[in-house]
Amino acid sequence: MVEPVEFFLNGKSVKLPVDGERRLLWVLRTDLGLTGTKYGCGEGVCGACTVLVDGKAVRSCQMPVSEARGKKILTIEGLAENGKLHPLQKAFLERGAFQCGYCTPGMIVNAYGLLLDNPEPTEKEIIEAMDDNLCRCGAYVRIIQAIGIAAAELRKRGGRT
Amino acid sequence: MKEQNDRKDVARLSRREFLKAAGGGLIVLFSWQGLPAQEGRPRAAAELPDNFNAFLSIQADGRVRLFTGKIEMGQGIVTSLAQMLAEEIEVELEAIDMVMGDTDLCPFDNGTFGSLSTRFFGVPMRQAAAEARGVLLEMAAKRLGVPAEQLMVKSGTVMDKTDTGHRITYADLVRGRRIENRLFPKPPVKSAAALSIIGKSPLRKDGIEKVTGRALYAGDIRLPGMLYAKILRPPAHGARLKHVDVSPVRSVPEARVVREGDFVAVLHAQPDAAEKALSMIKAQWEVPRDHRNPATIYDHLLKKAPEGDIVSQGGDMGAGEMETNTIHEGTYYDHYMAHAPVEPHTATVRIAGGRVTIWPSSQRPFGAKEEVAQALSLSADKVHVVSPFVGGGFGGKSPNRQVVEAARLAKLTGKPVHVQWSRAEEFFYDTFRPAAIVKIRSGTDGRGKVVFWDYDAYFCGPRGAEQFYTIPYHREVSHGPYNGIPGAHPFGTGPWRAPGANINAFARESHLDTMAAKAGVDPLQFRLKHLDDPRLMRVLKAAAEKFGWKGLPSPSGRGQGIACAVDAGARVATIAEVEVDKESGKVRVKRLVHAQDMGLVINPEGARMQMEGGLTMGLGYALTEEVRFDGGRILDINFDTYEIPRFSWLPRIDTILIDNPDVGAQGGGEPPIICVGASIGNAIFDGTGARLFDLPMSPERVKKALAKP
Repeated sequence: MVEPVEFFLNGKSVKLPVDGERRLLWVLRTDLGLTGTKYGCGEGVCGACTVLVDGKAVRSCQMPVSEARGKKILTIEGLAENGKLHPLQKAFLERGAFQCGYCTPGMIVNAYGLLLDNPEPTEKEIIEAMDDNLCRCGAYVRIIQAIGIAAAELRKRGGRT
Repeated sequence: MKEQNDRKDVARLSRREFLKAAGGGLIVLFSWQGLPAQEGRPRAAAELPDNFNAFLSIQADGRVRLFTGKIEMGQGIVTSLAQMLAEEIEVELEAIDMVMGDTDLCPFDNGTFGSLSTRFFGVPMRQAAAEARGVLLEMAAKRLGVPAEQLMVKSGTVMDKTDTGHRITYADLVRGRRIENRLFPKPPVKSAAALSIIGKSPLRKDGIEKVTGRALYAGDIRLPGMLYAKILRPPAHGARLKHVDVSPVRSVPEARVVREGDFVAVLHAQPDAAEKALSMIKAQWEVPRDHRNPATIYDHLLKKAPEGDIVSQGGDMGAGEMETNTIHEGTYYDHYMAHAPVEPHTATVRIAGGRVTIWPSSQRPFGAKEEVAQALSLSADKVHVVSPFVGGGFGGKSPNRQVVEAARLAKLTGKPVHVQWSRAEEFFYDTFRPAAIVKIRSGTDGRGKVVFWDYDAYFCGPRGAEQFYTIPYHREVSHGPYNGIPGAHPFGTGPWRAPGANINAFARESHLDTMAAKAGVDPLQFRLKHLDDPRLMRVLKAAAEKFGWKGLPSPSGRGQGIACAVDAGARVATIAEVEVDKESGKVRVKRLVHAQDMGLVINPEGARMQMEGGLTMGLGYALTEEVRFDGGRILDINFDTYEIPRFSWLPRIDTILIDNPDVGAQGGGEPPIICVGASIGNAIFDGTGARLFDLPMSPERVKKALAKP
């Protein structure tokens, strides 16, 4: 049933008429034109479609858009502020923590969820939190390093993650 | 939402339009239709245009465009090719704009595979840049009234060495025109000692787009009026459509059904609505009986195997067998494996004004152009392929089936059409790494030296079968290519990162290891004793030194294994250390040390990324990846059962990059993966005394091998 659904997307209020059963991934990519969030498996087992919902990493290919009602959604497009890369993005860039780049938005957003929850993760905690995000190119070594670098940078700033 | 709207506008434009919009207006210089060499060119990979204008252009603002038919799928040539051009033409790396895989703008290219980009495109492109620089110097000499020898170039500005204020920029020399002058003979490229951009590791040119989500892939193209298509798929390869009822789709508003024989599709302005509508179609299929399954496939393949072609040979095999003291026999098996890039096959196609524009996820944009022209009965010059970033390929995006599907649907509906395969479709239509068999009969003399080597590889192709050990009597035969022959495989097979080389390396290096063990010699020393290739010996020693190799005969109980190979002009050696859980059969790789000599290294960090990535990806084919099937039915259709490497699998990885400029730039993306299986197999043997003969070395197979007396 098409009904108005209202939520916050990357800091801005969004209201759109939509069938509430549709998955958030396709609403983001099609109706809202935010193509940074990717389709990878459609069953929530690869992590390419990861977004944050009220600060928690969620697989948008599994989430009915009606469940987004009133919540804060963050996608990869909302991470940089005023054109300035977030420390995670900067660390991924500088460490070369990607190859084809297709899983990268999901990796960065999932890592952001981890750092909101645990600003000082050990390597083991990073691996645990990231383990369900798949990268076929095999950039894992550098992704772990990049998350560690970003976490340290954020702590140094002492500000919010 | 301003930014999003801008993005949509950009996505709406073709690459050519985009370049025009982005400034310069220089594209008019590249009217390819006027060049007779472009169409109908023989499809030889090595044949590239002789004219440097095909590779590069100096724009009115001084920026330099690099044109390559190669695509960027993660391997990093978007940066390394730019480095090669910037180095040779002497502009800043930041001044290079890459135009990749655009069939209207770039010289013909057979495809991005085989670790060929640097060796067979980069090298001639660099030569073209050296000539362009020489011509620019001549033009500057005329304009400045000084002999060319008295000039130097810095960041695209030519200046008089004796008076650096006396100068002119490339932009002012060229003024956006095509450069007609040529140089004969062509000037040499810079010597290794003079390089300043090659050999450095600048940030990747695709980095900012990729970390911000702005990078566009085929699935991110949005066109006005575009429809998303979902196509009815058979339950098994070879199945025929007996009956189909599409009437339930009528209940989905605005859904369109298109049918042409067995080709049935639903289209909708929303991809999820198209998918939902497709699921409502009732179809009956006739599935042919097919007795091929994982238990029967090898007998079937051996029966089907063609006579074969000699890959390499030396000495009289009969005489060799006479000199043999002990015969060692082994048969090694590779199972079907998926490419499984995270981006599935995708294509967006628009037909307007008699011209077809395609945005595909493809390793073969020029192939896509030909295939679509044929499918739509158009001449190829009416088809334009624009290559967005490709989300991983590994050989699997060489076939362009999804491109032809989208093109057919665009023609049938009169609308721009977007096809993105679901993960299940991706597994179903993947052209798998083939099931393959390698049989080895070898012999040692009384002193434990290998004197005899009789080698038959079935259905993996010859790559990696060629002998590089110094064995006096040897014969290597390849029976059947990796893409199969009619009737061999129940589904498509094709090239998978270093096609053939993985199983050939696994068989050869496992077998050699067995012989070293029988001789009671350290596997490293055993290899060195049978080698005369200094580059290969050097990588073996470098890996051993980094690892802290102790040099005990296997099985030593420590779980350490070594393997080496020659591939794509590179030399590689990998050492693995494993821990085997004897209860479950589960293998944990604790450490990988990899040494690689890939000749002249263009971008060391980029090379290391490829090495780390290849080693990590290799853990999958070594330990878990195997597509299960029943005849033409594919039983693994997602990542829940088809296990690819994860963060938690990571061993400690050390990479050793041996810069060897004397041999020129060699392949780098495929060589690092090919010894992963062999080094792990040898490490399992070293740790437990159990020899594994099948890839992947799954817990069940390890347990079975451990149970053998």
